[in-house]
Amino acid sequence: MKSVMVYCEVENQKVADISLELLSAGKRLAQKLGCPLDAMIFGSGLNGIESQIAPFGVDRLFIGNSMRLEPYRTLPHAALATKILKEEDPQIVLFGATSVGRDLAPRLASKLNCGLTADCTILDIGDHFEKKEKIEYKDLLYAIRPAFGGSIMANIINWDMHPQMATVREGVMKKEIFDENYSTEVVEIDVNSILKEEDFVVKIIERHIKKSGVNLKDAPIIVSGGYGVGSKENFEYLIELAKLLGGEVGGSRAAVDAGFIDHDRQIGQTGTTVRPKLYIAAGISGAIQHTAGMQDASMIISINNDPDAPINKLADYVIHGDVGVVVPKMIKYYKENAK
Amino acid sequence: MRPLKIVVLAKQVPDTRHVGPDAMKPDGTVNRGKLATVFNPDDLHALELALNIKDRVPGTTITVLTMGPQKAADIIREGYYRGADYGVMISDRRFGGADTLATSYTLVKGINKLAPYDLILGGRQAIDGDTAQVGPQCADKLNIPQVTYVEEIIEINENEIIARRRLDKGIEIVSSPYPCLITVHGSSQACRSRKAKKVMQYKYARTKTELRTADDLILSLHEKRAYLTIPEWSVEDIGADLEKIGLSGSPTKVKSVESIVFTANESKILSDSDADIEMMIKELIEHHTIG
Repeated sequence: MKSVMVYCEVENQKVADISLELLSAGKRLAQKLGCPLDAMIFGSGLNGIESQIAPFGVDRLFIGNSMRLEPYRTLPHAALATKILKEEDPQIVLFGATSVGRDLAPRLASKLNCGLTADCTILDIGDHFEKKEKIEYKDLLYAIRPAFGGSIMANIINWDMHPQMATVREGVMKKEIFDENYSTEVVEIDVNSILKEEDFVVKIIERHIKKSGVNLKDAPIIVSGGYGVGSKENFEYLIELAKLLGGEVGGSRAAVDAGFIDHDRQIGQTGTTVRPKLYIAAGISGAIQHTAGMQDASMIISINNDPDAPINKLADYVIHGDVGVVVPKMIKYYKENAK
Repeated sequence: MRPLKIVVLAKQVPDTRHVGPDAMKPDGTVNRGKLATVFNPDDLHALELALNIKDRVPGTTITVLTMGPQKAADIIREGYYRGADYGVMISDRRFGGADTLATSYTLVKGINKLAPYDLILGGRQAIDGDTAQVGPQCADKLNIPQVTYVEEIIEINENEIIARRRLDKGIEIVSSPYPCLITVHGSSQACRSRKAKKVMQYKYARTKTELRTADDLILSLHEKRAYLTIPEWSVEDIGADLEKIGLSGSPTKVKSVESIVFTANESKILSDSDADIEMMIKELIEHHTIG
């Protein structure tokens, strides 16, 4: 049956935010296709978990419920997902571009011999006319992602080897309740009949998960630096400004690579996607990989000594100058003028 | 313990940090000829992890396996300079245009020719695609477990390898039996530098194709020292199915590419003068954006 399927991540009986975002994205695709939205979830103590998932408009939820399925390990999850995907034969399958999704999805794509597109920023449905075969393919998944240093957006399609699979980063898709009273059919998977002992050869000895100290996604103001900040010392000004404004500090991939800032503060396609009220881009040129993660900010200030920096086109204020000169002045005049 | 046999998967990638306007062909694939190339950074970390294991388990051998055009022989030479024992290149025009699925199929055909092995190591992801897919796809095709995002080997013994993984929001320490495939995270130890002695020893290492245009000195060296000739495997050498390689083996196709043109906002252009910056801060406070 034609359907859209979402792989949901769960830990301690809480469905991950990224999975709820994917359900919303999946629902939009399913509505365009006029097909059901299905989901699968594997973990421990999942009785009643459908209450978190149903409001997103899920028609059927496949549950694998066993102590042995949490925390996530590749092989048991891959075995269950393979079985479900082979039987249900969905048209589209979505995964979070997380530690889990990026570990699982490629293994499944290999197993099912199908296409997988990583880190999509737009998902849509459309047609494709294949010139060589003179065949019109209807209702394909358009998996759109920035590519190649961020200079282009590529629309990736797959017309012959199904299902069409894609991963999406957290925060890229909007989470939307579809219907509070939506009714989801629960399908319990007979876990023990599918899994074999050899699926458990990799053993987790220790596990430490932070509750995450950094919350860029919910910060109203983000002061973000790029390679153009120039030094770790200049980055201190950004930290001071962010503190003063009650915001968080972020950075581009180049700033992370240069060691100016930690990886968990990276904004962009391969980092976090943010939608703050104010985004201050200091010394960031604005490769699409970065702008894909911040272009929905309500207001953008760009500080750059390159008047042609691509990010200036997105900005509400463009300040021509060095970060090391401009940011201390912003700090000074904020202190003088704020009530 | 017994020595291990390690295969390191390494890729030559275009330096995406310096992309020019002619970097893409009209069909949407990368115009590799127009770009400087580098050893994929995460793969260098994988090489270091392999060298680290070799330090701990004497007698361990490391084979660097790469797939790419002739130019990718640089990857094999670089591997030798840093301490790899062997290098093999998979190179054939017919492999071109491969997506991650076709790439993993091809690499696995090569890995199977190198069997038996204990560990397959590779970088977490390559900077030209950032997909992180080839490692897990190879593990599936080899039907062995995968341990992704590894940043350190905690313990290595006769029966298993214990490694620390770097996850989005923390770490995990896991054990896996052999053989297994490990992808290495960029937060692991950086690769040791070249050894002068190794550079001297291997600087004339060439593939057969490269030898066709080599001078007499290099040719005579290759006659005396067989180890200088880098094995070069074609479609036939690895017994690959033409339907499963290159463009025809790739389910994902680029439908279209769009250059990025930002829709211009009406931006206010300011200088770094005190007057301009104070004006802006006052406006922001007035509109309750800040303050």
